[in-house]
Amino acid sequence: MSDASSEACTPKLPPLLGEIPPVWTRRHLLDIESLSADEINCVLDVAQQFKDAGATAGRRFTPLQGIACANLFFENSTRTRTSFSLAARRLGADVVDFSSSGSSLSKGETFIDTAKNIEAMHVEVVIVRHATPGTPHLLSQSLQSSVINAGDGPHEHPTQGLLDMLTIRQHRGDLRGLTVALVGDIAHSRTARSNIWGLKKLGAHVIVCGPPTLVSRRWEGVGVEVAHNLDEILPRCDVLNLLRIQFERQATRPFPSVREYALLYAMTGARIRRAKDNILIMAPGPINRGVEVTPEVADGPHSVILDQVSNGLAVRMATLWLISSARASHRT
Amino acid sequence: MQTILIKNGRVVDPSQKLDRVTNILLRDGKIAALDVAVPTDALVIDATDRIVVPGLIDLNTQLREPGFEEDETIRSGTAAALAGGYTTIACLASTEPPIDTQASVEFVQHQADRANHCRVVVIACVSQSRAGEQLAEMGSLSAAGAVAFSDAPRPVLSAELMRRALEYGSMFNVPIINRPEVRDLTRDGVMHEGQTSLILGLAGMPPEAEDVMTARDLRLAESTGGRLHLTCLSTSGSVELVRNAKRNGIPVTADVCPLNFTLDDQNLRTFDSRFKVNPPLRSSEHVTACVIGLKDGTIDAISSSHSPYASEKKMQELDMAPFGAATIETVLSLVITHLIEPGHLTWLEAVEKLSTNPARILRLPHQVGTLQIGATADITVIDPNLEWQVDAAQFCSQGRYSPYDRNLLRGRAQVVIVGGQVRWER
Repeated sequence: MSDASSEACTPKLPPLLGEIPPVWTRRHLLDIESLSADEINCVLDVAQQFKDAGATAGRRFTPLQGIACANLFFENSTRTRTSFSLAARRLGADVVDFSSSGSSLSKGETFIDTAKNIEAMHVEVVIVRHATPGTPHLLSQSLQSSVINAGDGPHEHPTQGLLDMLTIRQHRGDLRGLTVALVGDIAHSRTARSNIWGLKKLGAHVIVCGPPTLVSRRWEGVGVEVAHNLDEILPRCDVLNLLRIQFERQATRPFPSVREYALLYAMTGARIRRAKDNILIMAPGPINRGVEVTPEVADGPHSVILDQVSNGLAVRMATLWLISSARASHRT
Repeated sequence: MQTILIKNGRVVDPSQKLDRVTNILLRDGKIAALDVAVPTDALVIDATDRIVVPGLIDLNTQLREPGFEEDETIRSGTAAALAGGYTTIACLASTEPPIDTQASVEFVQHQADRANHCRVVVIACVSQSRAGEQLAEMGSLSAAGAVAFSDAPRPVLSAELMRRALEYGSMFNVPIINRPEVRDLTRDGVMHEGQTSLILGLAGMPPEAEDVMTARDLRLAESTGGRLHLTCLSTSGSVELVRNAKRNGIPVTADVCPLNFTLDDQNLRTFDSRFKVNPPLRSSEHVTACVIGLKDGTIDAISSSHSPYASEKKMQELDMAPFGAATIETVLSLVITHLIEPGHLTWLEAVEKLSTNPARILRLPHQVGTLQIGATADITVIDPNLEWQVDAAQFCSQGRYSPYDRNLLRGRAQVVIVGGQVRWER
């Protein structure tokens, strides 16, 4: 009895902790496109170790004590910001939230000024979300702090890509040879771009599927299969990642009606019966129930949507720890 | 006025197919003689190993004054033009208020006279207030000195207005200058639409947006007989359309700016707003098409597309930052480095596109763009071998954002003479 409780109190810390794997040297996480397969696997391994050791469930391992992280969100977000805040706190860091909708220039200040002001409060890690692609990249050039991209417009959302890969890996062990379809609004999706690069680097076959107005033929140029008919590709897929229609980013309607979209692309119970038995249904959320996916499927046995959310915490802890450690070793 | 002898330079003047080493004598603000010896009273400029050309003439400088003095003033913009080797610039009407009255044309000319740098001629609005609805008073504006009409960099969106402008303008024999871009197709775009924009998640501006309006304008020029000049072409499609139109005898001229024959859309991978320009930097096949268009004569002229903006405007996020860059101080060096050095254009062809043809397109008064005896003594002396590094912080322009900052370029204007006076010496 006492043995069991002491074991529960003493976390089984991953052997790697204390020193980060030599493959990881980055002080920023800006995108997946520039990561190597080894770097991606490094984050996934560390995230899995955190999860296995129960570090995601409680404040057991606090290497970031005394470090300040700032959530610099120029665009609304609840779940990603909450996930990053919790990840940083679980590792012992202090977290400040800075939210500003729209451009900071409405107050006569550029976004770089805003970030430099936050940095001047001795913030070591800046977690930035912005509606404009490349904003984290530009900040990483003008700040001393580490920068984590928490979503830059339709460009990338690297931690989302990583948590999606971690979720697939947990269920399938290995991504090599798997067929993963990203369905929906590829044009406006940062999740799609982060997934495309990551999945390809880990050896999966990637299909992007949706109407031609949201799925460009040009994706073939980077080695991705382009499909417009979900029913044709469905039997081949091991994983479906259902991307939300981003009505807020669309200047004009890329399809005639939500009804027609749902008829062509919504993942319904009828469709799931034509898919592989062990197909994984993923969605980066928030989901439009009835548009991309019906409740029957979202809440059904194939759905790993809530696994994604809990893996998000693990991946963000891993990212924060790797980046802060690389930063600390840089300094010495 | 001081008599000047430019000695021993390689004189390149396409207007008389001249390309040889000789002396030029300038007296009373005019070209007095070629091939002469040194008179005792002359100021001698030794142009050994230098190239002597008719002063460069620009077709589309944005001076931004009045209204946007934080971006550029007529004084700073004309200083930048001189430093770039220009003796005449045609300024666009993208001011506030836009240049659509005789008074505003005269204001620009007065400010240019006060600055006493290079000559400034005015391209007035084609539509009242640049609103794209009613024709501006082209007759009165011509009488005040406007040499052409354009709402550029804003395109003339209405086909009906464009048709009316070409028809009405033909009465005054003035060119209508349009920058073809169907805005419905480029809405929200920040860069060329292609593989790179797809990967970066940046909204794209498809090349068809330019092609469609180019085709429209060529057809309207054909039916009206009006003089059409298309400025800042950037796509293989529009270059091909102009090539065919010229073959069919349609009265059209066209220019490209160095941005579109030197840089491609890969530069946007830096997310740096220095590369946010309009027309956007295109993919490499379009860049090649622009070079071919220059070589085969489809493209008559090279313009600066000088669009300076205050740093606090360009410092914003990529989708908030305005389109444009300070370019006029680098055009000549880019032509030398990217067109003459690799053998795409000869010096005669390059000078034709930088001076002779712009003068012809605008039908400039006072015989500029030529070194014929009796012509105005507007001359640029170029050191073709000087290697220099672009440093936008040192620009005469108030615009500090250049896509070429830190680039090594070859060749630069050394002496710029306007009306027989040395106005700039490096």
